[in-house]
Amino acid sequence: MSEQFEPVIIGFTCNWCSYRAADMAGTARIKYPPNIRLVRLMCSGRLDPTFVLKALSEGADGVLITGCHPGECHYLEQNYKALRRYRLLRKTIAQMGIEPERIKLVWASAAEGVQLAREITTFVEEIRALGPLRWPVRLAAIERQETAVAEEVAA
Amino acid sequence: MSENGKPKFAMYWAASCGGCEIAVLNINEKILDVDANFEVVFWPVAMDAKYKDVEAMPDKSILLTLFNGGIRNEENEHLAKLLRQKSQILVAFGSCATEGCIPGLANFSNTDQIYEAVYESVSTDNPEHIRPQYYYDMPEGTLHIPGFYPTLRTLDQVVDVDYYMPGCPPESHQIAAVIDLVLKVLNGEAELPPKGSVIGAGNSTVCDECGRKRHVKSITKFVRIHEVDEIDPELCLLEQGILCNGPATRSGCNARCPTVSAACIGCYGPAEGVVDYGARLMTAIASVIDSNDPDEIDAILDGIPDPAGSFYRFSLPHSLLKMGKPAWSNGNR
Repeated sequence: MSEQFEPVIIGFTCNWCSYRAADMAGTARIKYPPNIRLVRLMCSGRLDPTFVLKALSEGADGVLITGCHPGECHYLEQNYKALRRYRLLRKTIAQMGIEPERIKLVWASAAEGVQLAREITTFVEEIRALGPLRWPVRLAAIERQETAVAEEVAA
Repeated sequence: MSENGKPKFAMYWAASCGGCEIAVLNINEKILDVDANFEVVFWPVAMDAKYKDVEAMPDKSILLTLFNGGIRNEENEHLAKLLRQKSQILVAFGSCATEGCIPGLANFSNTDQIYEAVYESVSTDNPEHIRPQYYYDMPEGTLHIPGFYPTLRTLDQVVDVDYYMPGCPPESHQIAAVIDLVLKVLNGEAELPPKGSVIGAGNSTVCDECGRKRHVKSITKFVRIHEVDEIDPELCLLEQGILCNGPATRSGCNARCPTVSAACIGCYGPAEGVVDYGARLMTAIASVIDSNDPDEIDAILDGIPDPAGSFYRFSLPHSLLKMGKPAWSNGNR
């Protein structure tokens, strides 16, 4: 592959902090790579690991989870729940052979547009270095192998 | 309908252990109702029948087929498609057929690793490193065994499924209840649930059926059941630091395991509305950890030595990822 690998990254943002930070980055015309697709949640505590696994299983190369700094959650302490789920999810996917670095948690307040843009840029480069995950392509390849086994036996 | 006017019944086992068949026989005298009301046309564990007999049956001639086991090889897939074609109602019966179950844990590995474990383990005497071959030429002709697939799939990943009946195995009282329902439907006294329903189980979680006392949970340490001196017989197991899968698991078993101080391991599969069983369980378990410090959280989580195996013990092939990354490389068969 001669073209540079462009990672597909899903970013989950909190309505009260990181979503506004991203908004601010936009208003202030701070550049960050277009590889990330941001999804707004009401809180990082809403982040069910299902969302992350769905993103990875449908073609994302990495997932960025963002929330309010510790102690600053709009809903008091739900960002801590996000933190705990994030740590457990990383352990679980590592056991499944997926690089845990493909999931990252970053805190960003509503005022931190510059910092968030920097974190996004860093994460995109980290994922670029890891290379593509391409889970759906792999699943399709396995299915083709299954068909091949059936055809080989039938022949 | 058969010659004696009875509707036809079939049961088949694919990649499974046979526990589902035992669970069906465990319904005791209710099995006589099955015999009185159905003509059993195909049930390899209980009666002699050949695949060609099934192939000769008219399409949709079997009223009810209970299919247990996952789809691991070419034979499993052939029978799944055949029985789908011949049956009016196809039930994914038991955890293997619905979610993949224990045989589905092989989806963490590739074929080479599976063969290595089966044919080269310390307890296996195989000095010539003999591996199964699809074809073997004999003077009498060529023999072949069913092709082994790279991963295990659930029944609904191969054919259209009408109903799901979870459990490893399904509880006998639930099987009896389902048979009662089918008999009522036959007599025009009841209607079948909508296609795709989970039958023979509850709509809540194991926790809701569990009689243990529950409080606000805050876990400071996970322990394994053999590390506990004495288990409090009344208190929620999770509150005692024992990883219990009750919060994410569908009800229907009357909380058999936690009632006798064995943690729920999740054989009844995801509770109603849950997309990915392991993810839901991670949500529940992680949120009650009593720490806000990343390092301390990690230290507490180290008390769960096998998270992927614990959270996906029964559901890996039916999870969002379906397999671990090693399964990608099929290697040399």
